[in-house]
Amino acid sequence: MTKTDLPRWATGFVLPLLNLLSALLVAALVIRLLGESPIESLTILVNSAIVNPEGLAYTLFYASTFVFTGLAVSVAMQAGLFNIGAEGQMYVGGLGLTIAMLAFDAHLPGWLLIPAGMLGAALFGALWAFLPGWLQAKRGSHVVVTTIMFNFIAASLMNFIIVKYLIPEGQQNPASRVFADGAALPLLSTWFPQLGDTPLNIALPLAVVALAAYGILVWRSSWGYRLRATGLNARAAHYAGVRISRTIVVTMLISGALAGFAAVNSVLGSTHYLSLNFPAGAGFVGIAIALMGRQHPVGIFLSSVLFGALIQGGFDLSLEKPNIPQETFIFIQGLIILFCGAMENLYAPALRRLLGAARPRHATTKEPA
Amino acid sequence: MEDLHIATIVVSTIRNAPVLMFAALAGLFAERSGVVDIGLEGKILGSAFASAAVAYATQNPWYGVLAGVAVSTALALVQAFVSITQKGNQLVCGIAINIAMSGLTFVLAQFFFQQGGRTPDLGDNRLAEIVLPGTAALDNVPFLGWLYGHVIGGHSVLVYAAFALVPVVHWVVYHSRFGLRLRACGENPHALDAAGVSVERTRYLAMFVAGVLCSFSGAYLAIVQSGFFLRDMSAGAGYLALTALVFGNWRPLHTVLGCLMFGLFGAIQIQLEGVDLPVVGRIPGSLIQMIPYVVTVVVLAGLMAKSVAPKAIGKPFVKSR
Repeated sequence: MTKTDLPRWATGFVLPLLNLLSALLVAALVIRLLGESPIESLTILVNSAIVNPEGLAYTLFYASTFVFTGLAVSVAMQAGLFNIGAEGQMYVGGLGLTIAMLAFDAHLPGWLLIPAGMLGAALFGALWAFLPGWLQAKRGSHVVVTTIMFNFIAASLMNFIIVKYLIPEGQQNPASRVFADGAALPLLSTWFPQLGDTPLNIALPLAVVALAAYGILVWRSSWGYRLRATGLNARAAHYAGVRISRTIVVTMLISGALAGFAAVNSVLGSTHYLSLNFPAGAGFVGIAIALMGRQHPVGIFLSSVLFGALIQGGFDLSLEKPNIPQETFIFIQGLIILFCGAMENLYAPALRRLLGAARPRHATTKEPA
Repeated sequence: MEDLHIATIVVSTIRNAPVLMFAALAGLFAERSGVVDIGLEGKILGSAFASAAVAYATQNPWYGVLAGVAVSTALALVQAFVSITQKGNQLVCGIAINIAMSGLTFVLAQFFFQQGGRTPDLGDNRLAEIVLPGTAALDNVPFLGWLYGHVIGGHSVLVYAAFALVPVVHWVVYHSRFGLRLRACGENPHALDAAGVSVERTRYLAMFVAGVLCSFSGAYLAIVQSGFFLRDMSAGAGYLALTALVFGNWRPLHTVLGCLMFGLFGAIQIQLEGVDLPVVGRIPGSLIQMIPYVVTVVVLAGLMAKSVAPKAIGKPFVKSR
């Protein structure tokens, strides 16, 4: 019935790959209909996002942000919570970071300033996720609807705060002032000059550390056990003595903190100021990444790199092919969520038949394989 | 002067509400059958684009409406296939459709019209407003002239359709055979199955109805309210409709009240923009925009009223053996 009767390599690797290929096939069809060659587009995309070292650096730069939003969605999914609010949490996280910067960047040296910013981002992200988590735990308000609402509230609130309080005097651009130079995240090109003039920074190694920490926390700690038990069967976990509402609230706090942390790379790693709508969909990309990577650290990393490549390659592609604007990749992102998330078992029956045919011992009697 | 403001607010509430009403009643069919419809937003957007583009290409708004119905229904059937046949995650499917449509409508609008993701203005080919007979005669009568000419009359046919739909939906849901099956399907599909009615068929039918109804929401946005398609023009209307549904406890009349309330907030927001109020001063539009969402969270928290979703909502039906 479920995917459990398929070997692990099939559910963990073959099925996601087949789903991804289906999504890309539909995308290729649309590109074809737009009058462009899918193969040529793919070549441009791969060349600009993977082959070219500077392009690869940009790909990994975007991926560093996506790892954090992907982790934010994943950790909530482990507890059976679908956190759609990563976008808003990241946005509000950016506010926390900015407040820390505006307060301290004239006084503190960089090595204190950056951690202060990180703390601010994580704290505000967590705060923004707290209420949806608390409402789910205590009042049973569905976290999906509340986090969607909180995304809209965040958008309006941030618009108000940025326009009313953060625009420096005499400026028109809806953005905060530029932070002090010391607040910039150290660039990896300092150690690897071949990366050129790219914004790839220490957020990438931090992302890898976060992935490892996530893996250990979820699968090797007793808290992770309670987390997964809550996600698999909250009632059973409750009888086993897990405090469900506490687990839900703490999970949402962690999820929000991770989403808020994603703002660090976007703001301190690149723009160095807070601008209107800076997350630009990274929170929603996190949903796609969590679903495609099946909430596994390696899967999250690979999916993040894929989405980083789609953003970076898509940017160059849109310059060369005006019929394929960057929004095409929002569409592809939706397709990936559809195929890898909602229809994750689309090919399971076929694969099962195929494997059954190869190993007659396991073939079910009903199917004339 | 004060009266004029209230008059404008009343009229624009009536004009704001249909977008939400069509979508919320669409969602009502889907969710009453047990399928969560987060994808309202994407369906509105898809149908808004299709109706604006086709109405412009054919210079006939009615072909636009038809195109909108086709697109929105197709999307609803994709959702139905994923949720019912594939037994996939309905929330994920809805989100996927919303995100995909947000991208695709822009790409197509850009491809066909090269106006930065906008479709050309329809001009006089928008759906016309209906002027009731005798409007001119009554125009000078205070209040009555306004009531007859601007509140009762003077709207597009889709506005009347939206309000006419309310009793129809109420009757279908509570007094027809399909409605009984629909409600059973969302509350206890196994009972429906045991009674010999196909749960899958009922849900597919519900999704089909949802697709058709939701399309009018998009068509209304594009070819009545604005006269063109604009990138992400639904601006959360689908989510707001869903919220009205939660607010209205999945009952047609209450849901429509919720829609009218959100329509009222929208109207007030435009009126308050840049107006100095006593005590509080000027309220920025961005803060008023938040009101519907904050109200929703408060409602969801159970602080205002208890809202109970259909029991089997979101759960794929697996026939017991």
